[in-house]
Amino acid sequence: MAEMVGVLIDGHAIDVAEGSTILEACRFLQIETPTLCQLDTLTPVNACRVCVVELEGSRVLVPACSRKVEAGMKIRTDSDRVRHSRRVVLELLGSSVDMSLTSQQVHRWMDAYGARPDKFGDVATVAQPVKIDNDLYVRDYSRCILCYKCVEACGVDAQNTFALGVAGRGFEAHISTEFDTPLPDSACVYCGNCIGVCPTGALMFKSEHDMRAAGTWDEARQTVTETVCPYCGVGCMLELRVQDNTIVKVTSPLDSSVTSGHLCVKGRFGFQFVQRRRH
Amino acid sequence: MDALLGPAEPAHHHLAYGGRIARTQRHLLLPALHAIQDRVGWVSRGALEYACRRLSIPPAEAYGVVSFYARFALTPRGAETVHVCDDIVCQLAGATPANGAHGVNCLGLCDRAPATLVERAGESPEEIQTPPIRGARRGTSRLLRRVGVVDPESIESYREQGGLVALRKARELGPDRVIHALIESGLVGRGGAAFPTGRKWQSVAIAPVRPHYLVCNADESEPGTFKDRVLMEGDPFAIVEAMAIAAMSTACEKGYIYIRAEYPLARMRIENAVARMRAAGLLTIEVEVRRGAGAYICGEETALFNSIEGKRGEPRNKPPFPVQAGLFGKPTLVNNVETLVNVLDVVNGEFTDTRLFCVSGNVLQPGVYEVPMGTPLRSVLIDHAGGLPPGRTLQAVLLGGAAGSFLTPAQVDVPLSFDATRAIGATLGSGAVIVFDDSADMKRALLRIARFFRDESCGQCVPCRVGTKRQEEILERLLGSPNGDSRADVMLLSDIAQAMRDASICGLGQTAASAIGSGLTQLKVLNG
Repeated sequence: MAEMVGVLIDGHAIDVAEGSTILEACRFLQIETPTLCQLDTLTPVNACRVCVVELEGSRVLVPACSRKVEAGMKIRTDSDRVRHSRRVVLELLGSSVDMSLTSQQVHRWMDAYGARPDKFGDVATVAQPVKIDNDLYVRDYSRCILCYKCVEACGVDAQNTFALGVAGRGFEAHISTEFDTPLPDSACVYCGNCIGVCPTGALMFKSEHDMRAAGTWDEARQTVTETVCPYCGVGCMLELRVQDNTIVKVTSPLDSSVTSGHLCVKGRFGFQFVQRRRH
Repeated sequence: MDALLGPAEPAHHHLAYGGRIARTQRHLLLPALHAIQDRVGWVSRGALEYACRRLSIPPAEAYGVVSFYARFALTPRGAETVHVCDDIVCQLAGATPANGAHGVNCLGLCDRAPATLVERAGESPEEIQTPPIRGARRGTSRLLRRVGVVDPESIESYREQGGLVALRKARELGPDRVIHALIESGLVGRGGAAFPTGRKWQSVAIAPVRPHYLVCNADESEPGTFKDRVLMEGDPFAIVEAMAIAAMSTACEKGYIYIRAEYPLARMRIENAVARMRAAGLLTIEVEVRRGAGAYICGEETALFNSIEGKRGEPRNKPPFPVQAGLFGKPTLVNNVETLVNVLDVVNGEFTDTRLFCVSGNVLQPGVYEVPMGTPLRSVLIDHAGGLPPGRTLQAVLLGGAAGSFLTPAQVDVPLSFDATRAIGATLGSGAVIVFDDSADMKRALLRIARFFRDESCGQCVPCRVGTKRQEEILERLLGSPNGDSRADVMLLSDIAQAMRDASICGLGQTAASAIGSGLTQLKVLNG
């Protein structure tokens, strides 16, 4: 049994297991903490800094997603300093990246913190053409917030393929294959686990991308069918997203004990046989 | 590259052992990249892929590393590259990169401004720095007493000038008493953060995890700072002797000196000193000299660790601190060059609380000067650096480099101590003192600082990656247009500054707005 550690968050005393993060403690208290680069199945990189909280005795704010609790910590999650940093981080991101396809939650945080990304005026963005170099998925880096999730999922946190890395530096930093080589010439095995973890729609099924371009993508008309992958004996849990009786996208739940949200190329993309209809 | 890594493993061997041997050499990526560029002038795809095979590194990751460091070129170019410094001090001296030359951030040759560094690839690669203009004058030197006196390449000369006494004494005293003496002396780190050195040594000495690593941070890259270069070029054995004492006192099993790429002479002298100390049996651990590759951020200790490990120089989140989990995840003692040289005098019982300041810009005698803590800034400027050129008046002083802050003429009586500078909202930082007379274009200086941080941000965290970009854009708009909405832009800058200070991962982002903020409030650069 892990030792319990007592901390004070926004005036609430709480005991949490040693080794937990501040974020976990906040969730336990149902204090909503915005996160972008954090995912329970990946190692925290604490790069987006939207989850920062104020820790008594610390000169700077600390990232809730990765900072472990220590006995006696006094934390504030809604001070002026915290709200300020969260707002500015959302504004800086919103001013440089197309965040329109992020979750509703992100849009809600934008409103809640009063973020106005247009306030900087006419400034540089990461806008660039969509990379379409294979039949399975597309990469639209004008939507990329550099959360490192795809790199982690492609690397030691899931797939161990290492087809993607962060290249360049500063504002020019970007996700890239070696020498920006197209995916078919790279180490990519099309497991699509990078799509599974992408929070902004920068990485997307080609089926979804094409339907969005044609204006036929409609989540309201989609249903989700849970099933088990038919290919091998591992038994990965699949969620088939179906629109108009056609599978348009395949995901796996993050909390599935078999997959942790990760699949392989067959489970993720090998669904065409289901819809080979006889005429 | 094979000269560096040894002959390639036979293919069957590589398969049989799963590349395990190659993987243990992963940390040699930067030295391998330097070997490529030294030979052919740039890093081709084929060369990078060969390095990846030899070191078992995924190409996408290695590409991320090469493209991170400004010094490596990924496009073909000739054997000779001229790096022209056009940073704050060299800009003051009129530097403007001509056609075909390549403008770079501070080369640490501010006492010779305007400065250049020529890189010539080939069978016997060369790097040529702007030579010294004249012998720099120095104050009541304790730290610099051997600089210019001792033969920097001879251990005998070093011994004659009082060297190696501290090492012998430290061996007699033993680790505990050396550390105790350091704690008693009150010596604090000279790299900028001013952490008590003795406490740091003690934490590493008692760390249960093994091995312990020793790292000398010689990645001095703060614009206007060149004291560590002067020490390394002029008295290299002192640094190696101090490392020998540190290794003995904190039970380190391996040492590294990470020297910025822009200091070829310092690197040569330190390599020589390490070899001679090893040959004389005075340095009992292996010490590797590592060469940076053009990244200011690698002066941040955790970014420096990543760089030694062959990765992108991205800082890590702290905690854990280096003394717990540093280089290769092991307890690590990391000290700045000037701090280490001070250790010798602590052991010898000759330590006094003096500090090195690098004075550059519009003064008659730019150079490194050693003064007791608490000396008024004015005394450093006038008594040591010879004051301003005739007929000129003081406009501003930038104290602490790009990460520091601007002082007005009314503030130059401030005593150079941590408390006194903090009281006026400034910092000693790395000891850089850049002087601007009434002829200096302060708007241009502010814009250069903004460009510096935008260029040197590692890009990992949002406040710094986008914040430094926005800071530069807004400042250009603010200082460039005669009738922009200046109040709104000043507000925006201070908004961004607070978030960068509060929410950035490392010291770079946390201080990236301080000089600009102080410049906007202290200097008359705004219209109306």
